Amino acid sequence: MSTLTDAPLVAGPFAHARTSVGRTMGLVMLALAPATLVGLWQFGWPAINLFLVTIASVLLAEAACLWLAGRRVRAHLLDGSALLTGWLLCMTLPPWAPWWIGVVGALLAIVVAKQVFGGLGQNLFNPAMVARVALLISFPVAMTTFVAPTPLFSPEAPDFIGGLAITFAGQDYDAMTSATVLGQVRTDLSAGLTLGDILPSTYQLSQAAIGTMAGSLGETSAVLLLMGGLFLIVKGVIAWQIPAAMLGTILVCATGMHLIDPLHYLHPGYHLLSGATVLAAFFIATDPVTAPVSVGGRLLYGIGCGLLVYVIRTWSGYPEGAAFAVLLMNACTPLIDHYLRPRIYGRDRRGEPLDYRDQGRERPA
Amino acid sequence: MKLFKIRGGVHPEDRKALAGRQPIEAIPLPQLLHIPLQQHVGAAANPAVRRGQRVCKGDLIAERQGAVSAPVHASTSGRVVGIGRYPANHPSGLSVATITLQPDGEDRWSEALEGAADPFALAPEEIAARVAAAGVVGMGGATFPAAIKLNLRHKYRLHTLVINGSECEPYLTCDDRLMREQPVEVLDGVRIMAHALGIEHIIVAIEDNKPEAQAAMASAAAEFAAVRIARLPNRYPMGSEKHLVLALTGRETPARGLTADIGVVVHNPATAFAVHQALRLGRPLVERVVTVTGEAVARPGNLRVPLGTPVAHLLTHRGGLHEEPARLIAGGPMMGQPIPSRRVPIIKGTNGVLALTNQEIHRREPLPCIRCGSCVAACPCGLMPLEIAARTRSADLAGAVRLGLMDCIGCGSCAYVCPAHLPLTQYFNYAKGEMAARGRARHKQIETKRLAEQRSARLEAAKRAKREALARRKRETATAEVPE
Repeated sequence: MSTLTDAPLVAGPFAHARTSVGRTMGLVMLALAPATLVGLWQFGWPAINLFLVTIASVLLAEAACLWLAGRRVRAHLLDGSALLTGWLLCMTLPPWAPWWIGVVGALLAIVVAKQVFGGLGQNLFNPAMVARVALLISFPVAMTTFVAPTPLFSPEAPDFIGGLAITFAGQDYDAMTSATVLGQVRTDLSAGLTLGDILPSTYQLSQAAIGTMAGSLGETSAVLLLMGGLFLIVKGVIAWQIPAAMLGTILVCATGMHLIDPLHYLHPGYHLLSGATVLAAFFIATDPVTAPVSVGGRLLYGIGCGLLVYVIRTWSGYPEGAAFAVLLMNACTPLIDHYLRPRIYGRDRRGEPLDYRDQGRERPA
Repeated sequence: MKLFKIRGGVHPEDRKALAGRQPIEAIPLPQLLHIPLQQHVGAAANPAVRRGQRVCKGDLIAERQGAVSAPVHASTSGRVVGIGRYPANHPSGLSVATITLQPDGEDRWSEALEGAADPFALAPEEIAARVAAAGVVGMGGATFPAAIKLNLRHKYRLHTLVINGSECEPYLTCDDRLMREQPVEVLDGVRIMAHALGIEHIIVAIEDNKPEAQAAMASAAAEFAAVRIARLPNRYPMGSEKHLVLALTGRETPARGLTADIGVVVHNPATAFAVHQALRLGRPLVERVVTVTGEAVARPGNLRVPLGTPVAHLLTHRGGLHEEPARLIAGGPMMGQPIPSRRVPIIKGTNGVLALTNQEIHRREPLPCIRCGSCVAACPCGLMPLEIAARTRSADLAGAVRLGLMDCIGCGSCAYVCPAHLPLTQYFNYAKGEMAARGRARHKQIETKRLAEQRSARLEAAKRAKREALARRKRETATAEVPE
């Protein structure tokens, strides 16, 4: 902190909107809550365990870092940013992943991706996505073992003890694993099948929308996530440009390719409703710290995210690319902010004062 | 009337109901009036009275000096008891040259004051001269001498006079009440100014949260075809001169320029009222309407206050304070400034005295910027406040200037919405002040160098002259000594 902050405050305004960092984070969590609750219900005790472990690790890691850095621990823990990071990270993990995935992920997100850069507001990359990508690359098996939903208290669902065994004791659950739509499609397309063979037997779009299918904890219920996202836009917490540009770009790319070759390129509905598309568009790409701030910059950033998601899903070795796409665009944010600035009042785009030579001022003859 | 879009802005809670229902009320004279000689932008006025001298209300007590300045008049009849220094109504709390007047209680106007029978028969120069002599300054808070703005027709081709009745600052209701209670007088002043400027078109712009003022001004203006009433949407900072002109005409004032560059002059309704008083009655500017409000004030209201009245006197008159205010502000909550002490006087630019509680100012400890971009969306000037603040904090003032620091109008919209509660306006004011100081230092350096060079040139010339004179004399002596 510079000496500026210690100076007595003589400049206004002496009124303030009812905004705060804590309120912003709280509203995002509120918007995430319905989809999270459905996710936790769908995947039962192991998912709840993983969620709690991840949140606890994130808060401990944040507190330890703040204490080490000599900052105000309480004030920063209460701003909710670490909690939200942990929450978002957990939404992108396979719900039955072992406890150490949550712990390692939390440490990567808070220590490596956030606090090393200087804490709240200083990180270049989205902490939750850094953690997810690092986990995916380091532990590919654990990070791609998904299960079919077994709602809490249903006969096939593990009970509380069973849940503990899965999360903490590494109990085998091979019998219940199931691939995600995007994962299945990628594997089968590589094996030479066409979409006509793969899709009709297994998946339906309506399942993707309400979320009764295999996937990460928060990747499943597209409708609830969409409602949460719209709530955030209405509340003014996030701007519409990033989600609109990102979803629009995915829609355009997927529709175009699907029309050209419907047997090898998925219907746009799958791209929009399955995987992390909606979660990423409304909750991850919109992370204020790592996204551009101007209207034009946000549109460009959203388009970039959408394009990268489609390209990675379609032509790379990974079935899902939202995390990579967001990280790659995060790296472009400073550049976008540098070049795409709003036009300043009274100046043209290049920063020169407007000139009304012909009209206003009378030139002395 | 068609309005144009302006970017950004915020919607602060307007809180005008606190004082807005109270009619303008006169205030009893205080024991002493402390009338500063600097109540305007420009050079301070020069005392024109002696200690002990008796003056009437409206008598000149200090003359303007320099091109940009304004005279000061006695706010009531009484005796000059002091010409010295007194704390200014400025956050610094520094003492400034002040004339202290002891009212005699008669509040007797000077008999020498005489209005013009028909101001519209006067030459524009004569109107401007009378406005200048009456000490009228921009009463929206800018306090720029009004007469200078009335003389702009020489330099610019003007077509529209805008009366800025937007009063977009929350809490303040003084212009609202003035337009509601004395619309005819305000409009008369407006028309006199338009006459002085040689302007045909007049737009009186009033925000939608003042329907009574809109109606009152509209009915007063009904008989004048040249006057239009613009109903502005409620938005802060609609009353920023350059943004108001954009909303009304669709044209932006060039950066670093004046609204006159695009043919528009903007004045405040209270200024128009003062012009009316000066021209019709010959009365100089010696009092103004002040809104006294805020949750800490027992009875908020609008007062007609003689200039020089101490702030404490106003508060006492409105029943004192419920509680110790968290902030005591001169002006509105968005752009007003803290009052350093309750002893300081009301001056020409003081449109409000606000005693705000903690609940109202909603202050919190600042957190780091989360780059949410709220400030970018709120900035009416198209700046990126977060980037300018970051540069200011790292002492990169050149970077801050490159990003448009000098285009910032200091409206405070960014700081108002900032979820991290960063004092952005404070940063920008600091940076602007620092840039001004550097400019002064550079100017001083250049001047010093110039003077030093001149001096050495002068010395050199003198030396040379001496040498030549010596040589000449030698030659003359030589020729004189040699006989022919």
